[in-house]
Parts: sequence; structure tokens; C-alpha cells
Amino acid sequence: MKARTTAGGRVDRSKKVRFTFDGRAYEGLAGDTLASALLANGVHLTGRSFKYHRPRGIVGSGSEEPNALITVIRDEARKTPNLRATQIEIYDGLIAESQNRWPSLEFDLGAINSLFSPMLPAGFYNKTFMWPRSWWYKVYEPNIRAAAGLGKAPSLPDPDRYAQQFAHCEVLVVGAGPAGLAAALSAANSGARVVLCDEQAEMGGSLLSERNANIDGLSAADWVARTLETLRANPRVRLLARTTAFGYFPHNNIGLVERITDHLESLPAHAPRERLWQVRATEVVLATGGIERPLIFPGNDRPGVLLASAARTYANRYGVRVGERVAVLAGCDAAFEAAVDLSAAGSTIAIIADARPVGSVDGPGFAAAKSAGLRILPSATALAVSGKLRVTGVQLGIVGQDGKVVVGETIACDTIVTSGGFTPSVHLHSQSRGKLAYDDQLGAFVPAATAERTRSAGFSRGVSGLTAALNDGATAGADAAVASGHACTALQFSAQALDVGLAGSPGALPQLAGPIPPAKAFVDFQNDVTTRDLALAQREGFQSIEHIKRYTTTGMATDQGKTSGLNALGIVADASNRRLADVGLTTYRMPYTPVTFGVFAGPARGDQFDPVRRTPSHDWAVARGGVFEDVGNWKRTRYFPVGNEDMHAAVDRECLGVRNSVGMFDASTLGKIEVVGKDAAEFLNRFYVNNWSNLGVNRSRYGILCRDDGFVYDDGVIVRLAEDRFHVTTTTGGAARVFNMMEDYIQTEWRDLSVWITSTSEQWSVVAVQGPKARDVLAKLVTDIDLSAAALPHMGVARGHIAGIPTILMRVSFTGELGFEVNVPAEYGADLWEAIYAAGQEFNITPYGTEAMHVLRAEKGYIIVGQDTDGTLTPDDAGVAWAIGKTKHDFVGKRGMDRAALKAAGRKQLVGLLTEDPKVVLEEGAQVVLAPNQSIPFEMVGHVTSSYYSANLGRSIAMAVVAGGRSKMDQTIYVAMPGGDIPVKVVSTVFYDPQGARLNV
Amino acid sequence: MSNLTRRSPRIEAQSWLEPLPAKTRLSFRGGPDAIAAASHGFGVNLSTDACRAASANDRAALWLGPDEYLLLAPESDAAAVRTTLAEALGEIPHSIVDISHRHAAFVVKGPQAEWLLGGGCPLDLDLAAFPVGMCTRTVYMKSEIYLWRTAADAFHIETWRSFTPYVVDHLIDAARECGG
Amino acid sequence: MLVIHCPYCGPRPEPEFAHGGQAHIARPHDPANTTDEELLQFLYLRENPRGLFRERWRHARGCGRFFNAIRDTNTDFFVTTYKVGERPALPGGAQ
Repeated sequence: MKARTTAGGRVDRSKKVRFTFDGRAYEGLAGDTLASALLANGVHLTGRSFKYHRPRGIVGSGSEEPNALITVIRDEARKTPNLRATQIEIYDGLIAESQNRWPSLEFDLGAINSLFSPMLPAGFYNKTFMWPRSWWYKVYEPNIRAAAGLGKAPSLPDPDRYAQQFAHCEVLVVGAGPAGLAAALSAANSGARVVLCDEQAEMGGSLLSERNANIDGLSAADWVARTLETLRANPRVRLLARTTAFGYFPHNNIGLVERITDHLESLPAHAPRERLWQVRATEVVLATGGIERPLIFPGNDRPGVLLASAARTYANRYGVRVGERVAVLAGCDAAFEAAVDLSAAGSTIAIIADARPVGSVDGPGFAAAKSAGLRILPSATALAVSGKLRVTGVQLGIVGQDGKVVVGETIACDTIVTSGGFTPSVHLHSQSRGKLAYDDQLGAFVPAATAERTRSAGFSRGVSGLTAALNDGATAGADAAVASGHACTALQFSAQALDVGLAGSPGALPQLAGPIPPAKAFVDFQNDVTTRDLALAQREGFQSIEHIKRYTTTGMATDQGKTSGLNALGIVADASNRRLADVGLTTYRMPYTPVTFGVFAGPARGDQFDPVRRTPSHDWAVARGGVFEDVGNWKRTRYFPVGNEDMHAAVDRECLGVRNSVGMFDASTLGKIEVVGKDAAEFLNRFYVNNWSNLGVNRSRYGILCRDDGFVYDDGVIVRLAEDRFHVTTTTGGAARVFNMMEDYIQTEWRDLSVWITSTSEQWSVVAVQGPKARDVLAKLVTDIDLSAAALPHMGVARGHIAGIPTILMRVSFTGELGFEVNVPAEYGADLWEAIYAAGQEFNITPYGTEAMHVLRAEKGYIIVGQDTDGTLTPDDAGVAWAIGKTKHDFVGKRGMDRAALKAAGRKQLVGLLTEDPKVVLEEGAQVVLAPNQSIPFEMVGHVTSSYYSANLGRSIAMAVVAGGRSKMDQTIYVAMPGGDIPVKVVSTVFYDPQGARLNV
Repeated sequence: MSNLTRRSPRIEAQSWLEPLPAKTRLSFRGGPDAIAAASHGFGVNLSTDACRAASANDRAALWLGPDEYLLLAPESDAAAVRTTLAEALGEIPHSIVDISHRHAAFVVKGPQAEWLLGGGCPLDLDLAAFPVGMCTRTVYMKSEIYLWRTAADAFHIETWRSFTPYVVDHLIDAARECGG
Repeated sequence: MLVIHCPYCGPRPEPEFAHGGQAHIARPHDPANTTDEELLQFLYLRENPRGLFRERWRHARGCGRFFNAIRDTNTDFFVTTYKVGERPALPGGAQ
């Protein structure tokens, strides 16, 4: 660690930490980031650039880092790409690798792109690869993807857990620098709930980089420690370090990501890797500080060129010298302070080249540099940088009073630090729809009007100077507490610090005018955008900054222009002779820094992604090898294979078993709604198409529900349990929406009715027992119910007990056979299932699944709403107009279906189809045409809605909606398929037992 | 009927999770007259304040909506409750529906209770915002739940029976971090 | 995630609510005697303003009530929420 200072900083010099970077072993100290540890070892080169594969080094010291994107490898499944070296906390055994280079960082073949760089200007993707299209997909895109790109995602499933938490507070403070800490301290005094988050491992922000600052008589470090202690002792305060506020959502809902285990050497057994916090704050304080801008000059992207504040942080916080001989380029007073601190850390300051004119610079930074004996050269600019993998020198120029640049001296150095001024971090303010205003003095945008209940404090709104920032934060914290309803007065702080100015002038440094274009001067390091690209975009006619951003890609990717955005605006303003304020801003988008997909998914993955709803027969079915299908969130048994049966064999057997003897089916998933009240019948009269007034108690009827537009919405059997009580069943998928629709009409349209509804879907478990032997099976189980046809005819309902369980026994059939649906309270459902199965043994009872259920009902032409209808069929189209109560003056959908277009000839009607070849099973969804072998485009007159092989009929059957279908009976039409049109005959939808003889026994 | 056993969804007890026994549950709906009469018949004063539960003698009435309550009673009280409610309500328009089997219930308790629920429920569960005695239908992850704070560190939770494993498994998953 | 003030339960998180489209679309009292034009208005024609919008919500996973709201579609901020049967004026007094 040749570049480590002898003392100072916040690293633990007694704890060595070993890690590898690109396979080479290094040593750092506890408290180091990967960036500080590499710099301590003299390593600047950490990556290759996106487009030109230029060697790149560490630029910053925090989340603004555009260059040092690193992959951290814990194991085969835990490879995280695109982490900023400046935010990676090292631990013993950390494995880090650089990205975007091959075969090695020092020698990268992709750098050949740099030689062709005239061919890779702004918009090169758009220009070069537009034509021919086939080449784009096959050749260009794969090659570009291989050559470019930022890191690789791991190929194994993510083994880590991710947690999520909702949190509520009166005051959320984002950023734990001086303003944020002061805001949290003030607000916490009021008793309000306070959440304070900061993206860094340690709270304190810029205070952690101070060398000589004092607050209220304490060193900055001691004041931070004392403040955190106070906050930690307050049970109403939650401190979240390593936590990034990545997005500001409406109504003060702020998304935070807390990184919990990435910095740990060994992973705790049950800790999540990260936690997504969804914080609802009454009031928000944004104390997000600012980001230093680099100066823009040719070669400014070479490894060894850093931000001045970052260099200062490495010296003061990490005890690391970024270089031994440092040239300082100043566009802002902060460069002076950095020069003084770097000098104090043992670096030689070769020169401070100040871009600002002679005599224009003054102030405490300038004075401090002077008194430290550092050489300051005013009116300077940088014309070129020597060195490839590391800076070896800088060619300065001097800007004359006429604005002309003349070549100046060459400075030998191993490091250049630059400061172009600071940009307030207004990202979250802007995401919250807050307005921004350009501050000419500062040379940056600052928050103006807010939309949410939020306020910015400290440098994030342009307030600089330590005392001012602290007190601005304290005021904001107190204001926020008061606005949230808690009495609060702002604390007062007094600090001593150098308090250099943070203002600058966004844009590029002046260059030589002349025939030879200068080398590349980079505006956006991460996206390899140069000053020339911005100039080119404008020459090609792009005016709007939004267009220039997309054409040049400046400000895009993971970095979102943190260091580059304002400089790009400055250059565009300059080139187009506009004021920077008039160029406008691109939209600040979330996330502030990249967020893992894992934390968004949270615990909702695998089996716990969605609720898995199981019926009472589920365990029984699992034990019998039942095969399940998902119906909404329900697991329903699709079929029960016996031996080596495949689905077709099982379904054929199940279908035959029902019609030849008896079958049993778990129908528990049907929606059920109990409708109660003296106006229950009137409500159903108005709601369903059928007439309900004349339905007797303990009788049931098949009901059709339409929307007011006249189209079929749901169906199901409705039982009258008492004069004022109905048991309504709905489709499995329709349960929730029918309930919602009923509440809607009861609450908002028919408030005169005395009726209430209650969902009983999960109160009742239902077993359908169907087949000629159904009565015989049930007879063994009931004692107090007369099952005879006279006492319990088709659609009759009886109440009593079955297998000792109280039941509502409905004689209904969705198979066309003698059938019953046995309803029992759900917690007896499994017992009922087993009792029926046992009783059915002597009749060889066949448990059947949803697939056989579908075939059996299709054999009878019973529709499934949502399969045979699609929201555009009236009851008449679907062939169920017989259900409509003809004498009713009104019901939902009556007027809708009375429209001329819904009664016109040629509407699509549900019909049966029989293929000429009985073995051919049509595809559901296939298009129906009237004539074969038409040329494209041909007229499609409908589609197949249901299609199965029927073992009972020994042939295929299908239903379809066909324009004017019922007028085409016995005609041959065609189903268009890629293999050729299939001739089919139009028939009735009832394929089996058309007289219904099997039903009424 | 006495030999019948209700098979409630399985809930493994944890230090912080207590499955509750089978209960009598009635959905009660009606207007102000019916609410007053039901209070008399049920022996618990049904709250007319929103989102408040009332309880007495092992029975509880949870306000779910301005005309809707969840009435809870011991399993053995089923017949008695129906009878006394019917007597008290007489001809007053109302709806009572037996939903005893629709739900499963459990208690999440202990110092981590608020934290565990906050992993999936977007409500502010701070004692000041969600005091003891408050109850409501709400959501936990993707499931609807009935949430009733019975003590500073205890929540009575009901879910529709098929959603119970989903809710409980998520809670158990979250509790692992707390050493639960 | 918005915060929506249920007129019965107070401020509650958006996942408890279901949006119900434009408010104050009353079903005709006697649908049989409506013209096709009136039916068209009732079934299909809806406003989609930029700005203040009266819309329906249901506290579906709360008290179950339908209610109405005035929301600014520019900002997603609510002006007010109110019960079925009420109709407060817009800011500025317009009905």
C-alpha cells in the first residue's frame, strides 16, 4: 500500500483486508472501498470505456463514479456487475473484476475501436446499421452487443433473499451529510417519527472528508459520532445507512434500497441481501448534497484524472494519496482546498492551473493555497494529456485577454485533479415534479417550487458553507416536523471550516483555435460522449436537449449524467449561443442508481409469487398422482392418471366412467354469493336476465348475467334457499367481478332495495357426483334426504345431512347425466370427498378432473363463459336466449341487447362443428372460413371456441362462433389451418343425448 | 354432527404465531336499526365508529363497513348466537350469513408483530395510527386479510381459507430474519 | 402508491382500492325508453380530461364502499372524495 498515508482517515490501520482485482492479490484496510484500496496500491486503471474501449480510471469517490464499474464475484450464482468501485466495501476474500475488456485491462483488443473513432461518432448506431434490416439482426446487433455492454449478468438463479418493508414516518430525511444530520436532529426533537437514510456505509457525508472543520467545538468526526448517538437513542428515529433513496413516487412515497449483506465477508444465514423500503412520509427533507463536475479538456478521461473533491476524500477519509505529483486544474475554489489537503497528505502539488482569469479569484481557498506555498497559474487551460494507462503529464495553455489560447508549459505529473464546480443533486426533487431554476452565481440548477410536501436543504439547494448548511438543514427539519403537526424549533449550529466557494461554469475549457482538431475531450465518460459528438449533433440539426441526449447518448445508462449533465448543457448552450437556463433540462428519472431486480421482486418469487389456492380434495389428489392446472390462483386437478396413462387416455377413461356409471368432481372453486333481504328476488330480477320471482324455495335455475351493454358476463346456478335468501353461483374466474358488480348496482343504482350480499365461495366445499349411478352412491350417505326423482327432481334442492355433515344438496348437472352437487361447509370438504369416494367404490366411481369436465359439458353443448363467449356475444348469440325472462320490463343488459346491431342478421352465433374425419380435433382459436383455398386476405367468419375428442361419441367435437351460424346447419364450411383448410359440418351444439333423457331420471 | 372435526388450514405455531381454534363466524349486514338490534342480540355493542372492534364474553364484532360486521363467537355458540340474533332482529331488514368456514384465524404477537406485518401490509401500524381495538379489511402481499389489533403487540388476523398458507408462509419467511 | 381518503375509513393506501371509471354516470331510470343516443352516452362515452376529473373508486379491500373523488389527472393529487349521492363543487365553484 505504497500510496497510504502514515496516519489519519477513518480506515482501521490495524485490520488488513485481502482481496483480488483481476486475479491479482492486494491488501487494503478495514473501512476501505475497493476504489480507495486500489488507489492505496497505486492502481488507477479499473475499466475500459463503453464505446472506444479506452483505458479508464477512478474519477470520483461515491455514487457519481462513471468509470470504475466492477463485477464482484462471491460465487458462481452471485456475480454482481456494474458496481461502482467507489461504493464497494472491501472484505477479506473479495473478488473483483474489471469489465468491458479482452483479453486484459492493460491490453484490450476492443481499443481498436478508438482507431476507427471517426466512424463511431454520435448517432453511429442509427446511421450505420439501418440497412439492410436482416444484417442488423444477424450481424450488427450481436456484434455490437458483444463488443459493448457493461458487465455480464450471472446465469444461475439468484440464491439470495430480498425483503420488503412498508414504513411510515412524519419526516423522511434523505442524505446524512451536515444538512441532513442537522435536519434529523431538529425534527427528532419534536417527537415526530424520523427516518434518515444515506447511501454510504457511514453517515456523515462531506463531514467524513473534513480535515480541520469544527462544529460546536467538536471536530467534524466527533460531531458526527455524537449526533448519530443522539439519533440512535431516540426510538422514534430510524437510521438507514447503505440505503439509497432511488425514486420519489406520488403522495410522498419514496423508494429506498437498503444493502444489507454485500459488504459482509460471510453471509448471515437469514439476512436478506437487500431490503426495499416503501416509505410514506408526511414531510420530506432532501439533503442530498451535490456532485463535483470534471473539467473538460482533451485527454481528460485518462486514468489518473480525478475529481478534486474525490482526491481530497481519499486523502482525508481513507488516508490515500491519489498520486505523488499532482497537477490541479481549477474551475472552482474547491480545487484549492483539495490541493492544500493533498499537499498535507504528502503529495507534491506540481501546479494549480486556474482556468479563471487573472484577478478574478479570491477567497479562503485561494488564500489557503497561497499560504501553503502552492504555485497558482491563472488564466490557464489544459491542451493535452500524455500517458495512456496512467497520466504522465499535462500540456497547459494560457488564455489571453483577447480570448486566444497560446501554448504554455508542460507539467510532468502522475495525477491530475480537476474541479469544474458543484452541481446540487436535485434528482429526487425533480422526480417529485418540483421545478428547477438556474442559479447564475452558482452555475447550476437549484430547486424552485415543489409539488409534494418536500423541501431541499443544504447544498442540494445551493447553500454552501458549513454553518449555513447545518442551519439550513436544521430549519428544514424543524419546518418539516411542524408541517407534520409537531411543535418544533430549529437547532442552531456554529462551525469553523474553510468554506470554499462551490460555484463554477459548466462547459468545456477553452482550446487552441486551428486546423488540427484536438484530441477527444470527454463530456460523458460512461457513454463515451465527447465535445465533438455534441457539436456534431447540433450541426445535424438537433436543437432540443432531449433530442441531443438521445442522439449522442449523453446522460444515459446507469450513471444518468451525474457528472456530465450540466457540462453537456453548458457546451450546447455555448455552441448555440443560448443561455444555459434556456437550453432546458432533460428529465431526471428513477432510479438514482441502479436497483436490483431481486429487491423489486422481494419475497414474491417461486411458490410464494402468487397465492396458491387449494381445494379440500387437493391433498387427496396429490396422493393419487393427480395432475393440476392453474385456474386463476386455484390449483385444480386436471385429470387423475391411472398407471401410465397420458392425459388423453386418462380423460377418455374419466369421460366414459361418468356416463357409464358415476364420477366425482371437485367443484369447490365455483364462486358463491349469498343474496339476502326482502328485495333479494327483485334484485336478482333486475340483475340477471332470468325471472326469479317464480322460483320456488329449494329450487334452482341456471342464470345468465349480462352487462348493461347486453353481452354475456357470467353464468351459474342460483338456488332459492328461502323467500328472502338466494345462493348464487358464479364461474370460478368471475366470482370477484360479479360480487363487485352486484355491490356496484346495490350501492349506487338501486339504493331503494333492501338487499345485502356476502361471499360464500370459501364457506362451501362442493363435490359434483354425476352419472347414472349418482343417486345410488349418495343414497348410501344420506339419512334425512329423499333422493327420489319425485322428491328431488332436476334443479331441485334438499337440505339435510350427508355422511353426517350438514349439506345443501343440489340436483344439477354440468354433464347431462343424473347429477348432484353436494355443498358442505368447507372444513368438512375433505371428509365429504373421501366419504363419497368410499361409497362409490361398488359403482367403480371415477374421480375426474377439469379436462373431462370440459369434454362432458361440450358433449352437451353447455357453454363456458369466457371460453365460448368473449364479451361480444349476447345471450342469443350464445344460444341461451331461452333463459331470458320475457315478461320483465328491465334487467341489466336488456336495453343494450335490444340495439339493432345486436339483433342484426349475420351476427356470430355459437354452433357445433363436426369434422369430416372424426379423428381430427380442431384447434381452439382456429379461424372459420366459408370457402376453401382462398387467397390472402380472406374473409374470416368466426373461430373455434371449444374442441375435444369425445370418447363417448368416438369422434371429435367442436363448438365455434360463426357469422349467421344457425342458418348454416348441415352446410360444410372450413377451418383454416397452416396444413390446409379442414372441412367441417355445421351442427347443433348438443352432440350427446339431445332429448335430455339421461338428465331426467 | 358431534363426531365431525373441522379441518382448518394447517398453521404451524411459532413463538410469534398462534393459530386460533375453529370459530363461529357470521357476516352481519344491515342498517342502523339492525345494528342496534344486533348489538342486543349478540351481547356486544357493534361499533358505529369506522374500523373499530368491540368484544365481550368471548364474542367480538368487527366493523368492516358502514353496514357490515364480522361477528366472532366460540364454535360451540353457533346455535345460540343465531337464535338470540334472530329474536332481537325480528322483522328488521338485515342479512346474516354463516361464514364460519370461510376463514382461518391466527394471532401475530410479540415485539416484532408490527414489523412482520409491515413486510406486506401497506397500512401505518404504529400504535398511534392503528390503536388497540382497530380492525379493518386490508391487504398483506397479494392477499386480502382481516386485521384486528387486540393488544399493543398482538394482531388477530383472518384470511379466506385458501389464502392462509400464502399469508402464513410469507410471515414465516419474514420472521426468519428476526430469528423467528 | 397513492393515498386515497375513503369517506368512511380515512386515508388508506392505493392497493386497497379499485378504480371505477368516470363518476356520475347514472343508469337510465327507464332503460327501455331511452334512445340509442342516450344509450350510447350511458354505455360508452366518457371524459378523459387533463386536469380535474370526477371518478369512482371502491374501497374494495377495505369497507367495500363505492365513492367518488375529484382528482387532478395532471398531478394525481385528489381535491376531495365524497360519498355516493353527494356532489361537492369543483374548486372555483363549478359543478
